[in-house]
Amino acid sequence: MNTTTQNILMKQHGRTLGWAGFLVVLALLPSVGIVGDQFLSHVLVMILLNASMAQAWNIIGGYAGQVSFGHSVFFGIGAYGAAYAVTMLKSTPWPGMLVGAVLAAVVSVLIGYPTFKLKGHYFAIATFAIVEIFHRLFMVWEDVGGAVGLDYPILKDSWKFFTWSKSKVGYYYGALVLFALVFSLVRIIERARFGYYLKAIREGQETAESVGVDSRKVKLAAMALSAALAALCGSFFAQYNYRVDPSMVLSLDMSMKFVLITILGGIGTLWGPLLGAVILIPLQEYTRAYLAKLGPGVDLIIFGLIIILMMEFQPRGIMGIIDGVVSHARKRAGSKAGNGGTP
Amino acid sequence: MNSILELRSVSMKFGALFADRDVSFSVEQGTIVGLIGPNGAGKTTLFNCIAGYYKPYSGEILFNGARIDGQPPYRIAKLGIARTFQVVRPLKEMSVIDNIMVGAFLRHGSSAEARKAAERCASLCFLDEFKNKPAGDLTIGNKKRLEIARALATEPKLLLLDESVSGLTSTEVHEMVQVIRRLKDEGLTILMVEHIMEAIMPIADHIVVLSHGEKIAEGPPATIVHDPVVITAYLGEKFAKKIAAEKVVTGGNAENPDNPEQGASV
Repeated sequence: MNTTTQNILMKQHGRTLGWAGFLVVLALLPSVGIVGDQFLSHVLVMILLNASMAQAWNIIGGYAGQVSFGHSVFFGIGAYGAAYAVTMLKSTPWPGMLVGAVLAAVVSVLIGYPTFKLKGHYFAIATFAIVEIFHRLFMVWEDVGGAVGLDYPILKDSWKFFTWSKSKVGYYYGALVLFALVFSLVRIIERARFGYYLKAIREGQETAESVGVDSRKVKLAAMALSAALAALCGSFFAQYNYRVDPSMVLSLDMSMKFVLITILGGIGTLWGPLLGAVILIPLQEYTRAYLAKLGPGVDLIIFGLIIILMMEFQPRGIMGIIDGVVSHARKRAGSKAGNGGTP
Repeated sequence: MNSILELRSVSMKFGALFADRDVSFSVEQGTIVGLIGPNGAGKTTLFNCIAGYYKPYSGEILFNGARIDGQPPYRIAKLGIARTFQVVRPLKEMSVIDNIMVGAFLRHGSSAEARKAAERCASLCFLDEFKNKPAGDLTIGNKKRLEIARALATEPKLLLLDESVSGLTSTEVHEMVQVIRRLKDEGLTILMVEHIMEAIMPIADHIVVLSHGEKIAEGPPATIVHDPVVITAYLGEKFAKKIAAEKVVTGGNAENPDNPEQGASV
């Protein structure tokens, strides 16, 4: 028994080292010139950003199994927070980011508190509704630019203003920090009591409660964390785009991106959001760049097709395919070694 | 006499229908109490009241002298009452050990400690070899023992078992009885709802019989099986009379082949 515990600890240390190594490799990419190309670096930034967004959603939507279509609202609050700080208050974006994250968490709890009490799909429906509400609200709210949105002034390239106009390397590092933060958090959660409780609620809320899980409190905590992280992603997006408007950030399209990337990669898994982003984002960016003459929305058509195929053949996403291949290979190796059964 | 659980005229009704009416009994520390009765007698409803899934319509439920009725399930679990479900509820996509760990996290904050506690519970319930299997893939017998292992991992003072034996093959019944005996040896107090008399009679210290939501009898197993009221509730009046008549004819011999284990356990 002790040896298995030790083995698990060893494995965990190994994986932590692997994760740190992976981050170091990503951090070294610019110095070997890979991020030099403007378009490629744009794609890389978008992959890191979207993987972080999907992972933030994955906390409540994947691990806890509470599907939210409202994450564009939290994303939007974060985006507007940073943009408002810069354009209206003439400050750095940082206080806006912080306030945005806190506000997003508060809004998410306000939605979750009444709906988590109910069984069924009320939560999902409520999250749908708030996207529309916030979109309308920001369209007419002149203090934050109304339908026109907020345009950034020219700022000095620096971490202080989270702005880099000459090359995208700065943004690449910014996105990497965000990515490292969100993924490291979820890595820790996955192995902690909190993560076990989230999965237990997904697999059977009554069962979870029977062993002492206060499911509503746990779901609210997951929701608040998920919303705050989504808001940070939104702040990054505003800094990167140098403008925000309601249709860009507070839309169902944006909400669906959180959901679809995670589902494609593997819902409720650590690596799913990254895999989903690695596949969908280049597709999105390259179709936008090269198939633009076919009109807008080609990337969405391809998104939709991929999701339909995925749902049909492997609902557990790319992670499901990988698991299948690995366990198949293990079985073959096992039978070759003469063990016959699985270990 | 130290009663860990006490029910004081507990009633539960759905609409106008009483599922339980004025049920009172207590469970002594360290004993196994069996709650039996025909289908629809209100056993599971009573369980749900104790575990916090229903708020009783009237009456009081006391755990270690403090009222617990109306509290939510998770708080009751924290107080030290754990339950299993009649229809098994494995957390399907999670492995067996992870299922049990969810229970263990109630008393252990760190994953390593929760895992250690969960491994103990797994081996106590004969689940060692299935530890890393997804819980959804287990056979029904193993799933029923997983229910117990997960409940046990919360380190309860009182364990509520809802038909842990029904639906099992005779080998599985045997394993389950062994598990329950082990738990008793560990000093756990158990309240179990059961349909299968062979399983409950030899291990219970005390039996409470419900019929149509009311307590009709209470006592040690040996007296309960001969109680004419209980026999009537289970088999109907006609049959009960027939049995009583046969007893008179054979001079009491007819009862002996019925429960050989009975004599051994008492």
